[in-house]
Amino acid sequence: MAKAQAATPKPEMLLDIRDLRIEARVFPPDEAPKTVTLVHDVSLTLKRGKVLGLIGESGAGKSTIGLSSMAFGRGGVKITGGQVLLNGRDILTLGPAGVRKVRGREVCYVAQSAAAAFNPAHKLMDQVVEAAMLHGVASRAEAEKRAVALFKKLSLPNPETIGSRYPHQVSGGQLQRVMTAMALCSEPDLIVFDEPTTALDVTTQIDVLAAIKDAIRDTHVAALYISHDLAVVAQVADEILVLRHGRLVERGDTHQIIKLPQQDYTRALVAVHEIDHTEKQPSPTPILSVKNVTAAYGGGAVKVLKNVSVDLHPGQTLAVVGESGSGKSTLARAITGLLPPQQGSINFDGRTLSNRLADRPKEDLRQLQMIYQMADVAMNPRQTVRTIIGRPLEFYFGMRGKERDKRVAELLDKIEMGTGFADRYPAELSGGQKQRVCIARALAAKPKLIICDEVTSALDPLVANGILKLLLELQREEKVAYLFITHDLATVKSIADAIAVMYRGEVVRYGPKSQVLHPPFDAYTDLLLSSVPEMEQGWLESAIQGRRMQSAGN
Amino acid sequence: MSSPILKLIAQRIALGLLLLFAVSVLIFVGTQILPGDVAQSILGQSATAESLANLREALGLNDPAYIRYLKWLGGILTGNLGTALSSGQDIASAIGGRLWNTLFLAFWAAVVSVPLAIGLGLLAVRYRNGFIDKLISGLALASTSLPEFFIGYLLVYFFAVQWQIFPGISTVYDGMPFLERMKAIALPATALTLVVLAHMMRMTRAAILNVMQSAYIETAELKGLSPFEIIRKHAFPNAIAPVVNVVTLNLAYLIVGVVVVEVIFVYPGMGQYLVDHVAKRDVPVVQAVGLIFAAVYITLNMIADIAAILANPRLRHPK
Repeated sequence: MAKAQAATPKPEMLLDIRDLRIEARVFPPDEAPKTVTLVHDVSLTLKRGKVLGLIGESGAGKSTIGLSSMAFGRGGVKITGGQVLLNGRDILTLGPAGVRKVRGREVCYVAQSAAAAFNPAHKLMDQVVEAAMLHGVASRAEAEKRAVALFKKLSLPNPETIGSRYPHQVSGGQLQRVMTAMALCSEPDLIVFDEPTTALDVTTQIDVLAAIKDAIRDTHVAALYISHDLAVVAQVADEILVLRHGRLVERGDTHQIIKLPQQDYTRALVAVHEIDHTEKQPSPTPILSVKNVTAAYGGGAVKVLKNVSVDLHPGQTLAVVGESGSGKSTLARAITGLLPPQQGSINFDGRTLSNRLADRPKEDLRQLQMIYQMADVAMNPRQTVRTIIGRPLEFYFGMRGKERDKRVAELLDKIEMGTGFADRYPAELSGGQKQRVCIARALAAKPKLIICDEVTSALDPLVANGILKLLLELQREEKVAYLFITHDLATVKSIADAIAVMYRGEVVRYGPKSQVLHPPFDAYTDLLLSSVPEMEQGWLESAIQGRRMQSAGN
Repeated sequence: MSSPILKLIAQRIALGLLLLFAVSVLIFVGTQILPGDVAQSILGQSATAESLANLREALGLNDPAYIRYLKWLGGILTGNLGTALSSGQDIASAIGGRLWNTLFLAFWAAVVSVPLAIGLGLLAVRYRNGFIDKLISGLALASTSLPEFFIGYLLVYFFAVQWQIFPGISTVYDGMPFLERMKAIALPATALTLVVLAHMMRMTRAAILNVMQSAYIETAELKGLSPFEIIRKHAFPNAIAPVVNVVTLNLAYLIVGVVVVEVIFVYPGMGQYLVDHVAKRDVPVVQAVGLIFAAVYITLNMIADIAAILANPRLRHPK
């Protein structure tokens, strides 16, 4: 097989997608099933060994287009028009058996969540070499040798033995690299990277990104790199395709897209993190004062907060930043009383709060509200927006009937949604709208403090930007303080007045924003700050070189 | 194999023993509150008051209930199941041969039904929502919907009466040649298979379909594996726990639930024995058989639990 391919030189144009149209059958509630078009006649080309970035928000059709290069439609998705020419032939006409010969051989796939994409029942090595053996690219021994070499190249720890581990025994960042090795193992011509670093912590992302970039360079494989984060794509792509609602917005080389965007939408994507916010000065008396709090899970067995002290001033925003496992959400649980601290105290508005949630009076509950990352699971799917926002009004203020409806309308107006939304169900709202409803629900209680736990992490950048602006606007009007938990430093820079950096349960750096973000940095803050992708080609290399500390988990 | 998994398994076994003990209490209490007097039913309506009293004394029926329970339990723990009131025979020796007969029948029914059910389940997943899937599901549901006595009589009517291929009465005896024996149990084994097949098949199908939603199935598809390879290699290993659960549940039914089938085919197994002695109000036999059935049921469920623990790679290979 290898000889036959060597005899006929492969065409220079690896992938040529022409007028691709992709449709799906959807079954909306209370309506007849209908067909929607996900991708409208998109064309693209990719030369051998090049990297094309596909960028856009969710629903832009980037994954759908990426998978079409494997003649695959996820769920009820069907490719209904156009051609996908791979190595000079239309793979849409190959039939099931023909397509199976292409998948895993000429094109391989790296999924967003490698943790879910690996079969928990098999060892990593068995899964890594599976495609290579299936397509007769290599014998088991050869494939394993190649896999170990790839593990080394991707700087995985213990490359000789990691293959004999099961997926759950390996961290997320490592799994993502193992998946890249799996894709490279059968020496394909093209790899589809579908948001391979999105689910990772920022300090892990940079490692994985660098590993992927090196592997692409050394193996001369071509790639479709799908991401919603333009700064990430800019590090690896030669060319970028901007997509929106299944249509092509703009195509250009990476430099042109990030420096000289032609379309308004692209300009908005480039400028997405810029929000004007002037830092406020601390007031004499903080609204919330966390003093020497230590908290643990498992009856004191696992300490997740160690002697944490922070202050939050009225009408201001304290951002708590850190990677997963740093204890930032646990801090929120301790403040709300969901996890009573072992030691220390929490003072709020001049009084000490009871450690346990059950011991707190209703007034304490009212003044301290929460907004969550997953807006859709934080709302009862069988209640309308009116009921959801009206609930705190009834519970805390005893409002009923017209009075309540009037207030609900006011709140909907505040979150820039009309009263027309009052009778909708959460399932009928977009991600951003759901989060707005959650904000309105928190505001309905007229709180003095809202804890925002990763409220923008699940949203597209532009939508997240809108939510952040709304939160700042509401802060001005309502004088509410935010404890803003996030792993995203760009968000922090946009909205915080003070910052607490957390690492393994401790606050390693704390103070006003200007001070925290101003050198000299401690090693961890430096790592965290230097890991945030910048909209600059070559940033990745200089960031890796300038590092003083290895990332924690991976 | 490490300590957390051993601890889990030890917990399951301890729970099983505790449950068995609780069941023994229930069986004993249950048979005590049944109406009727054993002495009366042994001696008949014409018995004098004096002879009834003598017999009660001799059988120990005048002791308080808890003493009788402890005596009974002590006997079981030392392998003595007591003597049948009606015949005066030792229950343990009477049950011995019959238990073996029941296990023989259940074994062959299982040998046919388990692979068939799992195979059909895999086939139904491969061609899901297609003609084959619907045909398999339809036939399996039909066979489950028919009560087992009806299936039994249908089999007898066609195979024994009309075509005279297999005997309608499944008489077996010691020293019977193997093939003869197999011929004798053909119809009851078929009836049992038809009863348990659909449940196992449907559950296998559901368990695998559930796994088929996982992201790693998509990974396998994008490697170019064929649909059947994907099911066999990537879906089935992750569906083992639920499949083992439903299989053992049905195995338990094959042993415990055969009462009706054994009666229809006059098969000399445990079920027949139980029914005979319920009619005779022979409490010690009913208790002994009930306890054996409970032990079988609990043991098989315990095996299912342990198999599910062992099938979980997270438990087998901790971090």
